[in-house]
Amino acid sequence: MARYLLQRAFSLGLTLLIATLVIFVVLDIVPGDPASFMMGLNADPQTLAQLRHELGLDLPAWQRYFIWLGSLAGGDLGISYTYRVPVSELIVERLSVSLPLTLMATALSLVIAIPLGVFAAARRGRFSDAAVVGATQLGVAIPNFWFALLLVFVFATTLHWFSAGGFPGWDEGTGHALQALVLPTIALALPQAAILTRVTRSALIETLGEDFVRTARSKGLSEARSLRRHALRNALIPVLTILGLQFTFLLAGAIIVENVFYLPGLGRLVLQAITQRDLIVVQGVVIVLVAAAVTVTFLVEIAYMIADPRVRVGRT
Amino acid sequence: MMLLSAARRTRRLSPSLLAGGTLTTLIVAAAIVSFVWTPYDATLIVVENRLLPPSLAHWFGTDHFGRDIFSMVLQGARTSIAVALVAVGVGLLIGVPLGLLAAAQRGLFDEIVMRTNDLVFAFPALLLAILITAVAGPGAVNAILAIGIFNIPVFSRLARGSALSLWTRDFVLAARVAGKGAIRISHEHILPNIASVLIVQGTIQFALGILAEAALSYVGLGTQPPDPSWGRMLAESQTFVALAPWLALAPGAAIVLTVLGLNLLGDGLRDLLDPKTRIER
Repeated sequence: MARYLLQRAFSLGLTLLIATLVIFVVLDIVPGDPASFMMGLNADPQTLAQLRHELGLDLPAWQRYFIWLGSLAGGDLGISYTYRVPVSELIVERLSVSLPLTLMATALSLVIAIPLGVFAAARRGRFSDAAVVGATQLGVAIPNFWFALLLVFVFATTLHWFSAGGFPGWDEGTGHALQALVLPTIALALPQAAILTRVTRSALIETLGEDFVRTARSKGLSEARSLRRHALRNALIPVLTILGLQFTFLLAGAIIVENVFYLPGLGRLVLQAITQRDLIVVQGVVIVLVAAAVTVTFLVEIAYMIADPRVRVGRT
Repeated sequence: MMLLSAARRTRRLSPSLLAGGTLTTLIVAAAIVSFVWTPYDATLIVVENRLLPPSLAHWFGTDHFGRDIFSMVLQGARTSIAVALVAVGVGLLIGVPLGLLAAAQRGLFDEIVMRTNDLVFAFPALLLAILITAVAGPGAVNAILAIGIFNIPVFSRLARGSALSLWTRDFVLAARVAGKGAIRISHEHILPNIASVLIVQGTIQFALGILAEAALSYVGLGTQPPDPSWGRMLAESQTFVALAPWLALAPGAAIVLTVLGLNLLGDGLRDLLDPKTRIER
């Protein structure tokens, strides 16, 4: 198992390294010179050249890549062209909005999906099962930013229960900050909950047909009890796998939802950086998100091996 | 032919196939009709008509420029469908041959294809699309490219996985004994046998493409004015949502119905082409 994990860690590390190269190459060919963008249209050529030199933009591309990679290894993501502060500081600051939002959305989607999936699986083939499946079809089809707009219309502009957007910051009190994240969390969690409900239901139905569940039933265990005690535990493995894999999609999905609610998260940061040609910020955010994706994939694999002895034994 | 014979075999169509097929046909028909007819010119600005609620004259109301929303939704359908469809085409045309070749050649080529797929999957899809449109500039063509690139590994993985299991089958062995080369076998024997799986995945990717195009246009990186787009209509409606909620209703509902139709169609096709999965789902 240790050898397999090492192999996977190496392979994922390599993926990450190639990803840095891809991100660098892709962003290096972006039209527009960040220095000209910062200085404006009427910039003096000499000042412009000096700024390009200060930013290291006059160096050859391969040299800039290795300098960037070296700093990256030391946790230094460079200095933002527009904000003139370290990119890592900006990312940490924005993560204080995006990360709680993503975690809350993940928790909410689980709270909705697991009971609903169990409910549908226990009543498979009946009307209530069909209703849940229908609702999940709808949930998957609703774009989260549209759902967010509807939430704003109903709960902010009509009922005035929540603010339509903005974020007061954690310094203003946890209660106020959490309140600002309620509607974005619901908007982000809905499609995720729909996907997880479907996975829970399918996994449970499949597990309910396994021999060990049949044995439990033949020992006289009630259907509800055998479902809870035997089937659900086994069915949760694929659910957790999908949940882990979806985590980064949630982080990326937050890019759009943050825009609807004007939340100062990673998503707003990256979109603003794109329009301002602040490529070093774009590079930083993208590499952090890709690293998160790769790390979560790896953690899911480890969790999967711990949770399912068949996988562990099969790979030793 | 394959679908017709499968339908004949099962003798009846599943409700999801019927509902999905009907919805998809209606939306595609609306998109086609918009080429020759819309109630009003979707780009025509009539300031005195701005923010009119739904009425007999303007079924879905008008926007802040006085443009007819129903006409914009109709034209938006063709933009969304075109972008998503071509993006699926890009994924199919590049991904499937890559997957088939990887399964036929194995070895180094297979390893390179699979690792490249892993690399693309390491980027959250929407982030990759945002990155590409940021580099190449906003617009429908670049949105196609951005969504299409993510479709390539989806189809190449699927084609490779499905093809691998077929390479050990007797009919492929017979073809090899007959002296046919790997490419010819992939084309003549493997591809027809994995077509149904590809069609089902194609409808799912089509639906995801509609959502992705809407999201990109919503953040201003997709379809650009004056071409109407559902995503951009939603972005423009945001400021007026308290004053004129109908601005957000029609394009949003259009996206939901299209994606729902395609997903139901995909489910129905899967039931039709692979009856084993019907009970599980």
